[in-house]
Amino acid sequence: MNQELKNSPIEPSEPLLKIENLKKYFPIKGGGYFKGNKKVVKAVDGVSFEIYRGETLGLVGESGCGKSTLGRNILRLQEPTEGRVFFKENDILAYRSHEMRKLRRQMQIIYQDPFSSLNPRFTVGEIIGEMFDIHGVAKGAEKEKKVKEMIELVGLDPSRYHSYPHEFSGGQRQRVGIARALALNPEFVVADEPVSALDVSVQSQVINLLMKLKEELGLTMLFIAHGLNVVRHISDRVGVMYLGRIVELSETDNIFDYPAHPYTAALLSTVPEADPRLKKERIVLKGEVPSPANPPSGCHFRTRCPLATERCANERPELAEVRDNHFAACHYPLEKGQTLKEAITSLEQSRQPVTQ
Amino acid sequence: MEVSTKPILTEDLDVKPSQGKTSVLKALRNNKVAYGSFWFLVVIHAVVFLGPLFWTTDPDTLQDAGSLASWSLQHPFGTDDLSRDVFARMLHGGRVTLIVGLAAMLFSLLIGTVVGACAGFFGKVVESILMRITEAMMAIPTFFFILVALTVLGTSPAMVILVIALAGWMEIARVVYGETLKWKEYEFVEAANASGATPFRILTKYIIPQIVPSIIVSGTLTIAAAILTESAISYLGLGIQAPTATWGNMLQNSQQYIWTAPVLGVLPGVAITIVVLAYNFLGDGLRDALDPKFVKK
Repeated sequence: MNQELKNSPIEPSEPLLKIENLKKYFPIKGGGYFKGNKKVVKAVDGVSFEIYRGETLGLVGESGCGKSTLGRNILRLQEPTEGRVFFKENDILAYRSHEMRKLRRQMQIIYQDPFSSLNPRFTVGEIIGEMFDIHGVAKGAEKEKKVKEMIELVGLDPSRYHSYPHEFSGGQRQRVGIARALALNPEFVVADEPVSALDVSVQSQVINLLMKLKEELGLTMLFIAHGLNVVRHISDRVGVMYLGRIVELSETDNIFDYPAHPYTAALLSTVPEADPRLKKERIVLKGEVPSPANPPSGCHFRTRCPLATERCANERPELAEVRDNHFAACHYPLEKGQTLKEAITSLEQSRQPVTQ
Repeated sequence: MEVSTKPILTEDLDVKPSQGKTSVLKALRNNKVAYGSFWFLVVIHAVVFLGPLFWTTDPDTLQDAGSLASWSLQHPFGTDDLSRDVFARMLHGGRVTLIVGLAAMLFSLLIGTVVGACAGFFGKVVESILMRITEAMMAIPTFFFILVALTVLGTSPAMVILVIALAGWMEIARVVYGETLKWKEYEFVEAANASGATPFRILTKYIIPQIVPSIIVSGTLTIAAAILTESAISYLGLGIQAPTATWGNMLQNSQQYIWTAPVLGVLPGVAITIVVLAYNFLGDGLRDALDPKFVKK
């Protein structure tokens, strides 16, 4: 067992971050003051996983599935409704606000929108320098020197120290955002769709920068994205979210080559192939994502799942190990190498014999 | 879903912070009335504040020219019923009136900004308490409040300023509250929180600087209202007391001579009117100049 673990590409030696049964419910407005039955949107609905030291965990899902909310709740930028978050084995949800502020230099976030995430009235030097000011790390000339080092590290010209964000392009602004997040050398970074707002040509530059910095600084990263190819490129492991729950979690290659959850399989079939001769079976899911205010009973995916049975409506599938290091929350996970199409046929066949 | 809760505010953020006051003035230049008002106010303030250095006649001393004297070289606006120099009284009275207006405005801004920013930023209980207080204050008839407060607290200049300020901060609080709600949704504010900044730091360094243009506009309009209020309560005899001259109590004093010496009433009346008008024009102009989305009709 030990031998096996050592050979695996990621070393599950110790989890840097451990999330247990995290829930975030948003109350829906309306219904009047005196009505007791308040409705909630279950943005994150009972999520548990671990992030190991030094790994990049990719988190994918459609917009609205709760992946950004999850990232914000882990950093306590929003207060979770329920659950626990352990950072280095300390329950950070129990931290008081001044303890939390101190901890924040160890855990940072990179934002999606390079425009609204930078203070328009601060120069680049001030934006990055704030990190040093807030935590009292460096002052004056020493601070300026360190900030310039950071600017250089993310591939910008240090002479732009006194420039304002509006003088930069989107990709350059995103680099400023990265410099801010990494200024105090944090151990853990949430990258919340850091490239979705950028041009495709710039995306790869920023991705490569992130990978380089991750290597140099030994970062642990939660990489949230909706583009599968981006996630494949950067992640050691990938988690797939659907309507507030993690439906599948495994090493990147496992997920992409042998998806176990029907949703992941359907999601993967939408990725365009570079080779036009490779014909792929595209699985089009019926219907729309149900409202998170009123999710289906049992398995959240069952209303759109081609494999759903009555059991899926009654029983919520838990995230369980279906193969080695491969977790899926499904009553009828796909076998290794099985395509969704094959699974559908075999399901139909298994139903047929009874009538024949 | 998390996408839709974030307002799409990108175009707003292209504020060029390097534009300082000069560019505000430049933007104001397109609006002739507001630009004219600005320079007119500069001149009025210069005359009122610097004038007494050159026109050294004491406003409270009785002159030899006798009471209600007509204009002359010695007394350009003549003398009043107690034979005091009207020109000197206009200058000194203007000083008091404008200082009361400015001080009351600054105090209103302070209260309004703190209340509005705290209510908007902290939300929940703080918001409920502060905004309900604000609304309750707005529901009290302003003039009634001022008269009662001055009757109880006395009419020293400091009290007059305090009471006028206490009666006029609510609009500012509502403006700042609304703006704070808007700005705190920006990711750079959340990023400051994620960096470990204290709420005080976030409010003072990240949110309030964004609201300064709105505060300037409110402040300008508040001065106009404060000057008008001070004149009105002086007219009712509850303002700053004689012999200290203000434009308001000069107006009150002139009532009985309105047929014999109309200039005594016309001068302070016109002065109050044009200064208040100019501040209102300037405020409107600034709002247009500082808010690009405001479409002129």
